[in-house]
Amino acid sequence: MEFGTDVLTINPEHETAHIVSKMRQSVQHDFRRKGAIVGLSGGIDSATVLGLAVKAFGPSRVLAVMMPEAHSSPISEEYAARLAAQYEVVAITEDLTAGLAGLGCYTRQNDAVRSVFPDYDPSLDEIKLVLPADLLERGSLNVYSLSLTRPGGEERRKVLPVAAYLQIVAASNMKQRARMLMLYYHAEERNYAVIGTANRNEHAQGFFVKYGDGGADIQPIQHLYKTQVYQLAEYLGVTQEIIDRTPTTDTYSAECSQEEFYFRLPFKQMDLIWYGLDNDIPAAKVATALEISVIQVENVYRDLAQKARSTEYLRAKPLMVR
Amino acid sequence: MDIKERIHEFIVTNCLFGDTEYDLTDETPLLDSGIIDSTGVIELVLFVSEAFGIEVPAEDMLPENFNSITRLSNYVQMQAVASAGQ
Repeated sequence: MEFGTDVLTINPEHETAHIVSKMRQSVQHDFRRKGAIVGLSGGIDSATVLGLAVKAFGPSRVLAVMMPEAHSSPISEEYAARLAAQYEVVAITEDLTAGLAGLGCYTRQNDAVRSVFPDYDPSLDEIKLVLPADLLERGSLNVYSLSLTRPGGEERRKVLPVAAYLQIVAASNMKQRARMLMLYYHAEERNYAVIGTANRNEHAQGFFVKYGDGGADIQPIQHLYKTQVYQLAEYLGVTQEIIDRTPTTDTYSAECSQEEFYFRLPFKQMDLIWYGLDNDIPAAKVATALEISVIQVENVYRDLAQKARSTEYLRAKPLMVR
Repeated sequence: MDIKERIHEFIVTNCLFGDTEYDLTDETPLLDSGIIDSTGVIELVLFVSEAFGIEVPAEDMLPENFNSITRLSNYVQMQAVASAGQ
């Protein structure tokens, strides 16, 4: 099989037509809903999905919901609002901070952080979770470190003990689940369907929250690699500021790119290697095309396989015992 | 119990729900078989640190040190020697 750096190039016009047709079929005919709700984050995926929803249903049958919370970057909402205005879609803001505080999201997260850094001051310090950056070179394991940055810029990092790691993740996952709750409120109020924004990378590698951002009625870009989502975004006229923005988690108080939080490689490189793995292309062939070593490709193959395996639970539907 | 036996016992108890029937050998690929995931690696790190009194720096958390009981046992012995030499 031929493998080259252009193997993920799509025809965005044809792809859009295909997705839009499926969205109309699902929402109007299968689900019998009158429109679509999109949670708009200010990132590339939800922006692209909003563009698709507008093509499928027209702007008057689409509602964009922006759901910032205490740790969201203010720029996210600005970008999202400008995009919604460009598409002539009604956009509303639901600030989730008070609700999340009521659920103990921030307190639980802060307690877990203090178990690692006892002097942590959430009003001053910023935190994020990061994986080692040396996947290509050393194939290191996916062990999270907690990064704490003081107001002066001094950063400290510690490998997270299991209990603290699980508590921080469990607390931050409340944010995605609160967003799903809010999206379904607005969907049910209007008899609309919730349109999900997960791409192939997020779904297959487990970078989503079960019953959080994974909870939707249709996932129109779940089959697309991230680099393909960018191609669609360009075609759909997503604003340049969103296209140019580095994808972030927008979940922790410190700015945290998706690359340092989960994927460990630039998307252009990772998508091509992943395509190679998906299509049983020998590592040597991928290595030649990308001008890296076979060992480096094998390190990524191993990491992708491990992530897919360890996150099967997230993609599993509730099992029914007969 | 030697190092391998203690690691074996830990894995059976913590990662295999105490299933002693599972065919876990010293060479079973712990990561590639899914017995140990990233959370399991952190648990293993904590276990060997406390049980054998060694430090496991983040840069040593590599498949070649964790992918089998034999590899982990070799790593523990190496770290113990390094610590004793300091």
